[in-house]
Amino acid sequence: MQGFGEILALAFDLVLSGDGDLAEIVWLSLRVSISATLLACLIGLPLGAVLAIARFPGRNAAIVLVNALMGLPPVVVGLLVYLHLSRAGPLGFLGLLYTPTAMIIAQTILIAPIVAALSRQVLEELHAEYAETFRSLALSGRQTLAALLWDGRFALVTVALAGFGRAVAEVGAVMIVGGNIDHATRVMTTAIALETSRGNLALAMALGVILMMLALGVNAAVHSLRLTATRWSHA
Amino acid sequence: MREAVIGRSLEGEAVSAGAGLSFRDVGYSIAGRRLIDGMTVDVPDRGVTVVMGPNGAGKSLFLRLAHGLIHADEGAIRWGDAPVGRSVARDQALVFQTPVLLRRSVAANVDFVLKSRGRASVEMRETLLRRVGLTGFARVAARRLSGGEQQRLQMARALATEPRVLLLDEPTASLDPASTAAIELIVRDVALRGVKVIFVTHDVGQARRLADDVVFLANGRAVEQGAAERFFDAPRSPEADAYLQGKLIL
Ligand SMILES: Nc1ncnc2c1ncn2[C@@H]1O[C@H](COP(=O)(O)OP(=O)(O)OP(=O)(O)O)[C@@H](O)[C@H]1O
Ligand SMILES: [Mg+2]
Repeated sequence: MQGFGEILALAFDLVLSGDGDLAEIVWLSLRVSISATLLACLIGLPLGAVLAIARFPGRNAAIVLVNALMGLPPVVVGLLVYLHLSRAGPLGFLGLLYTPTAMIIAQTILIAPIVAALSRQVLEELHAEYAETFRSLALSGRQTLAALLWDGRFALVTVALAGFGRAVAEVGAVMIVGGNIDHATRVMTTAIALETSRGNLALAMALGVILMMLALGVNAAVHSLRLTATRWSHA
Repeated sequence: MREAVIGRSLEGEAVSAGAGLSFRDVGYSIAGRRLIDGMTVDVPDRGVTVVMGPNGAGKSLFLRLAHGLIHADEGAIRWGDAPVGRSVARDQALVFQTPVLLRRSVAANVDFVLKSRGRASVEMRETLLRRVGLTGFARVAARRLSGGEQQRLQMARALATEPRVLLLDEPTASLDPASTAAIELIVRDVALRGVKVIFVTHDVGQARRLADDVVFLANGRAVEQGAAERFFDAPRSPEADAYLQGKLIL
């Protein structure tokens, strides 16, 4: 067994050499998780906005439900999507199982509640502050929403980044619906699991390093956004 | 309601708010506390009405009720023939006691309001900022302004709606004397042009300078109202008398 330092050195060599297989895996990871994040925002933002602004019976129950769904275990999401997409499932005819599309669907379901719940919180706080002013100006619902989204944009981008962070790091859902097929559905997290079990620790570590750098990059982005926001007195 | 508005606009140059404000036995409670209690007030349809009264008397609630931001539990509030509501509120602007500014630049705050009225233009914005003495602040983040500057920006936004009724909740409470004088000048100017102004203040000197008539509130009721001169010379209610003499009302 190699020592940790040795593995790390090999890992960095791999990262720096621009290894083709490695690049392919990283690229697929990003493609899947970024797509899922965009889709989750498309679903989660309007949902969060409605929960933040509209008053309707069952609203509180809906908020509790969405908040609870934030904690969905990835394997459970994977299983549910698998059941729908498998040959015998209701959507089996689409032939999506073990494709990147299936992985995007699973991750979207996983993080849409996160985007919805967190953006609800952001928009509700903002709305509480602005509501009387907007009503005094006799703004329409559409104008109100547009203003909230714009003034909350820094916080909302942070929400999206949180969703992306969760998606790119999860392994259970993509493993089940993607199948970790080489050159087809292998992403960073599933590759790490596989290569570790195979004893190919340098490759696993190389992927781990990239994942951590991604996390670092996302957090740096969040932080600099916060600084920009404070500069504009958004905080 | 709709007809009332059209009827008014058809009068064309009849300038004034078209109708005075009336409260009839208005009651408003929160959590079982009667904050406004059987309030009956008649505010004339033109000139500057100054609203006075001790802290917690209900002055801010009075403005909110009149503007339709909150709804009375009892009684009736009307602007002329029209019950208070959305279409009435559209002709009004309220400057809040605590400024609520968008997380944007000073210019964008004014533009936002101009745009909501479908008349955004750089010249209009610059004119408004000049009127409240904020030229040169256009690019500054609104929330970075000092308290007095924020109140002046609120004033600019209110004027941007070109209201028929201007409701002001202590708009000069944190302004220096020069800025206060500037705001008073604006208030007198818009009132002369036919805008109905309802002005809440604790400053007796300011009230004397601005008021055509006065409404005095205490404990959620209108205890006195009438022409300014008469009010300041000989207040009829013990509450107003004590207030003007700087005594605590219990
Ligand atoms: N949302 C609320 N919940 C509970 N009490 C309230 C609420 N709003 C106002 N009040 C109470 O109603 C009373 C009147 O409030 P209001 O803000 O109208 O006073 P005010 O005359 O404007 O006083 P000030 O001169 O201090 O501005 C106060 O006692 C206040 O505590
Ligand atoms: Mg007040």
